[in-house]
Amino acid sequence: MVPMPHYLIVSALLFVIGAAGVILSRNLIIMFMSIEVMLNAANLAIIAFSRFLNLMDGHVFVFLIMAVAAAEAAVGLAIIITIYRNRNSINADRFNLMKW
Amino acid sequence: MNGYLYLIPLFPLIGFLLNGLFIGRLHKRVISLIACGSVGLSFLLGVKFFFDLLSLPENARIIGQVLFTWISSGEFNVNIGFLFDPLSAVMVLVVSGVGFLIHLYSIGYMHDDSGYGRYFTYLNLFVFSMLTLVLADNYLLMFVGWEGVGLCSYLLIGFWYEKKSAADAGKKAFIVNRIGDFGFLLGLFIIFWQTDSLNFAAVFEKAPVVFMAGGGLITAATLLLFLGAAGKSAQIPLYVWLPDAMEGPTPVSALIHAATMVTAGVYMIARSNILYTLAPVSLTVVAIVGIATALFAATIALAQNDIKRVLAYSTISQLGYMFTACGVAAFSAGIFHLVTHAFFKALLFLGAGSVIHALSGQQDMRHMGGLKRHLPATCLTFLIATLAIAGIPGLSGFFSKDEILWKTFSSDYGSPWLWAVGLFTAMLTAFYMFRLVFLTFFGKERLDDHAKAHLHESPKIMTVPLSILAVLSVVGGYIGIPHLLGGSNQFEKFLEPVMQGHQADAEMSQLPAAAVHNGNIEMVLMIVSVALILLSIYLSYYLYVKNIGLVGRIQKSVSGLYRLIYGKYFIDELYNAVIVRPLVGLSLFLWKIIDVILIDGLLNGLAILVGDMSLGVRRIQTGSIRTYTTIFLAGVIVIIGYFALR
Amino acid sequence: MMELIIFYFAAVAAVGGALMMILQRNPVASVLYLIVSLVALAVLFVQLNAIFVGALLIIVYAGAILVLFLFVIMLLNLRGEKFTEKRPRMDKATRLILAVVFFAELVIIIKEMAFPQRMNSLMVQASPDFGTVRPVAELLYTKYIYPFELTSILLLVAIVGAVVMARKDKSEKGGDS
Repeated sequence: MVPMPHYLIVSALLFVIGAAGVILSRNLIIMFMSIEVMLNAANLAIIAFSRFLNLMDGHVFVFLIMAVAAAEAAVGLAIIITIYRNRNSINADRFNLMKW
Repeated sequence: MNGYLYLIPLFPLIGFLLNGLFIGRLHKRVISLIACGSVGLSFLLGVKFFFDLLSLPENARIIGQVLFTWISSGEFNVNIGFLFDPLSAVMVLVVSGVGFLIHLYSIGYMHDDSGYGRYFTYLNLFVFSMLTLVLADNYLLMFVGWEGVGLCSYLLIGFWYEKKSAADAGKKAFIVNRIGDFGFLLGLFIIFWQTDSLNFAAVFEKAPVVFMAGGGLITAATLLLFLGAAGKSAQIPLYVWLPDAMEGPTPVSALIHAATMVTAGVYMIARSNILYTLAPVSLTVVAIVGIATALFAATIALAQNDIKRVLAYSTISQLGYMFTACGVAAFSAGIFHLVTHAFFKALLFLGAGSVIHALSGQQDMRHMGGLKRHLPATCLTFLIATLAIAGIPGLSGFFSKDEILWKTFSSDYGSPWLWAVGLFTAMLTAFYMFRLVFLTFFGKERLDDHAKAHLHESPKIMTVPLSILAVLSVVGGYIGIPHLLGGSNQFEKFLEPVMQGHQADAEMSQLPAAAVHNGNIEMVLMIVSVALILLSIYLSYYLYVKNIGLVGRIQKSVSGLYRLIYGKYFIDELYNAVIVRPLVGLSLFLWKIIDVILIDGLLNGLAILVGDMSLGVRRIQTGSIRTYTTIFLAGVIVIIGYFALR
Repeated sequence: MMELIIFYFAAVAAVGGALMMILQRNPVASVLYLIVSLVALAVLFVQLNAIFVGALLIIVYAGAILVLFLFVIMLLNLRGEKFTEKRPRMDKATRLILAVVFFAELVIIIKEMAFPQRMNSLMVQASPDFGTVRPVAELLYTKYIYPFELTSILLLVAIVGAVVMARKDKSEKGGDS
């Protein structure tokens, strides 16, 4: 009995919070976790649609998204480890070697 | 047979190329052979075509040849084509004939010059250009020849380029010529604009139809063409280059500045006679400018001391006569004088060259005198030429000059005033020419030692052309003996098909009574002019041989007037102050201020601007990933916003 | 009725957890809050009959990935770095505004979407085995076999990459395998 738009609004809210987390935080770990939040927001939207269209394809999609998120998390954390080892900091503002 | 017409200008062109490409590697004999040979061949070809022309019926005397289409752009079509009709036949014979004689003369005159090969190369190029000019069948090809002779004039005047005065004279000639050429081009534009063609046949056919007789356009076109002629043929106000052009070698002065190039203007006007008769105002302008120039130059010649300068001003004066003839629509009389003038003026210049050569470079008549003994051949031929130019009956100059004087009096476009001024100028001509003869060849010797050391008559290679020209100066006039004196004026009849706008000789008019009446007037005028000329000669004899001290006293008593004449009326100085200086100043201004500061500054400023802008733009690359993500997100928002607001 | 309450409860938990995660200093606390959020999300999934995916979320996501995060945090001993650099105030405000604008856009889109009446309630008939493992498996091994294989390769790549990058360099560049 929960109307569809509710789920979508929750998904949108989560997505925006995740995006805000990415651009507002200077801590690399927090940025990374915000990305995960965004991914899950998308998952929610997909599952909601899948339920209301009575198609199982959405579930498969979410499954695969989770697999990709896992892979991405692994590699991303490896990168953060490397950065920390080299710079001894995870402050995103400190890494600006690409500055002109 | 027609197909070989293009060879006439081609031979000198080949001569130019051969001598030009192999300068320095050819022996002097070979160079002269190539140069003189090519001009000689052109002359022979010209003679051949002349006889071909004579065999054609009178009203169809045209031999044409179109080589190929040069420009074809929309309605604008110009061919490389040649036209051999009576007028161009006369010009070709004069140019190649006199040119050939001068080439022979130059072999002797330039013998010791280091630029021997270069000289003949330029000379051949000149003959090629001049032949192109007179043989062209359209205005544009004629203009090509026109420019070509201008270029060769520059090259040859400044032949001894190490001398600053010679280089300056060459520049002056070219620049003043250019001003005339500007007028010429504008005239061409008008002609093309109205008649859609530059081909002579087409233009002359369409002109009476397209142009309103006496209207503004045709007057403008003809006046502009005359401006070009004034530049090329040294009339007022563009004559100033010709006296300076005497810096060049004397045979150059003979060929270019006496016999051929300066006559190009007269030829052009004679060729365009149909256009000029459609614009009576232009004819009047031409006549007035012509006679004014004739008088003006004659007065200057009275006081000059350099032998070549006198001859230069004399040339300007005689050219004025030719233009006056054209200005009263007596075009064939003008061409007649052109021919006879070529003979005796070339002879005069070559003779002067002979004198200068004998005196090892002396050109001032005050340091000459009594050369009759030492240079007999030169003196005799020179005297014949002087008699011709003065207009003594029996020699060529008499017939042509008299024809002009009669036509200025009798023509519908003429007036007695023109005749009077012309007569006075003829007196002056006789006076100063005989002054020249007396000062140079007669009287006491005033030579300096340097000249005396190598005093010798010129070699045969120089005196033979002199003799030939002398003979021509005598008999050359017999082709145009007027009816009055029992001749049939074959010259005028020959040129008649070309000069459709000409003023028919009064004797040919219908009423025999009028013819006799006119005949009487002509006889009277002729006798009057001859008498006055003889008087002038005697006056000159008296002053310069008998009582030379009188000259000095006369000079003192009219010293102001004398200084004015001697200083050429200070026209050069006037031009310099009024035209040259402001132009140079303007150029400096344009250079220093506009070019350096404005334009360079603008360009450099642009470059600096770009540099500064990029300095600003590169701040986008902050290197901070948060900034990048933020902007990324902003972009996404914009895109989604588009969907949201749709 | 009951469903709506559960829904709101879970929704608030999810959003609140995510919000709190961002605002924490201590990274460990952030991870824990994220776990809370994810559990609430799983509740929402189950409410939508997606039991398989919901379980997967807890097991894989909360159980493996976030634990990995915790491991790394512990490994690197990241307590709470003092971020002492001054940054312009404007900066933060701009970004917040951006986020708000973003949300507004999304809401607009959602509002504009026209849902057929039948979608407006959970009374849509779902197939009996909706959301279980069997349909997922069926689809995964037939229709989506290609992405499945690719994903497995992706995982392989990720494993190798992560191991290589996170290794301590005991030798010089181009070290032995």
